[in-house]
Amino acid sequence: MTATATAPRAAAPGDVRPLPATVWLAMYLRLLAIQGSWNYETLLGNGIGFCTEPALRLLPGGRGGEAYRAALARQSRYFNAHPYLAAVAVGALARVELEGQPAARIERFRTALCGPLGSVGDRLVWAGWLPLCSLVALAAFGLGAGPGLVVGSFLVLYNAGHLALRAWGLTVGWRRGTSVAAALANPVLRQGPQHIARAAALIGGFALPLALYRAIGVGRVMAGGVLLAVVVGAILVARLHGRVDGWRLALGALGAFVIYSVVRHG
Amino acid sequence: MTEWIVDLLPLALLGGVLGLDVVCFPQAMVSRPLVAATAAGAFVGQPMQGLMIGVTLELIALETLPFGASRYLEWGSAAVVGGALFSDSAPNTAGGMTTAVLGATATAWAGSYSMVRLRELNARWARARLPRLERGSGRTVIGLQVAGLTADLVRGGLLTFAALAVLRPLARLAISDWGTSPAASRAFVTGVAATVAAAAAWKIFHSTAGARWFFLGGIAAGLSLLALR
Repeated sequence: MTATATAPRAAAPGDVRPLPATVWLAMYLRLLAIQGSWNYETLLGNGIGFCTEPALRLLPGGRGGEAYRAALARQSRYFNAHPYLAAVAVGALARVELEGQPAARIERFRTALCGPLGSVGDRLVWAGWLPLCSLVALAAFGLGAGPGLVVGSFLVLYNAGHLALRAWGLTVGWRRGTSVAAALANPVLRQGPQHIARAAALIGGFALPLALYRAIGVGRVMAGGVLLAVVVGAILVARLHGRVDGWRLALGALGAFVIYSVVRHG
Repeated sequence: MTEWIVDLLPLALLGGVLGLDVVCFPQAMVSRPLVAATAAGAFVGQPMQGLMIGVTLELIALETLPFGASRYLEWGSAAVVGGALFSDSAPNTAGGMTTAVLGATATAWAGSYSMVRLRELNARWARARLPRLERGSGRTVIGLQVAGLTADLVRGGLLTFAALAVLRPLARLAISDWGTSPAASRAFVTGVAATVAAAAAWKIFHSTAGARWFFLGGIAAGLSLLALR
């Protein structure tokens, strides 16, 4: 079954056939590379065009037709969103294009989608799900798990959420079209970040001392002093929040320690 | 010379693939230090050493989450460098982990600059093809995406290769002249990493209602378990 043979004409608004499974799959796989040409001018824009392209082949005239070219040009312009939740935009934008909505309306809808998909995704994934999964893996390490279990638990847990979120986004975007804003009121998106943050805080508190104790290896004889230094140091770094990055301090401290150790030997 | 290059090439390829995951494809977080350093360690036959440095780098990486268009450290290629450097020496060698973590963090910093350059290059390529994009050329849209992905793969590979080529001899030199005990060296580097992680965890969670109590409760549980061991 070819994509162009499935829906050779644009449907009336609100009347769209189900997305053919092969087209859905092509769009889903392309979503994994949505940031392939990310840049400071159009941001995710080309990626949105790239991901909607398999659906746009269903427009009248098929691939290369006038409707296809107009829609692809529109979809490849500036766009910003969280890369996972961009799936919602891809599904919804593909639908409004196939519904044959007026160009001006599609462009307004496209602009309106940018902001919420960025902030919701950042809170849910980057500030929630990713640290949670990382801390679960660190807890597994602290409890004595080997490389396979630590890495496996992280990848399976993280990607269960990651891949499901992209699939949900594409499906709900396609189903809801211009009404997709209601989907962003989903309890998982609204309340999820807070619940995930609490779970991550609990697991983080549990994992950090255990992971430190195991990673310290031969330095275990100094574990008590190191734990105390970590508590004091963390409070100081946290109070510097926004003024200096912890990783820069770490880089400086490690650099100084290496120089000290080499000079001391000499 | 040839042997030296052949030795680095597989690791550079691994660094390229894992560097690609950071932003471009598929963002499955195989680029997190925990995974990437363990993979590099396993690649050279030392998965446990890879895991040890992966955990230490992951503690630092908790602070550098990839928010939006912000500039953040590129851990995928960097963790491969860290895993390879640490696997070079015996597990308890004085300075082994310190030099590897320092090298990996410096590489991650260089990686963030290389990503900025790549994004500028992507913008130049897109600008040059703007007329074709405005005409809705599918070939151009797909071509830009493939070019960006390929360039990122090459970027990560070159970064890993260059970092290992420079840092491996430097790390060996530093370790051969190391004047601090293995215990103190290891305690220092893991302590620094845990400090960054604890501050980062606080930064991420403290604004959520009740999360600070969950965090303190977790710490109490973790320390109690350590005391019981």
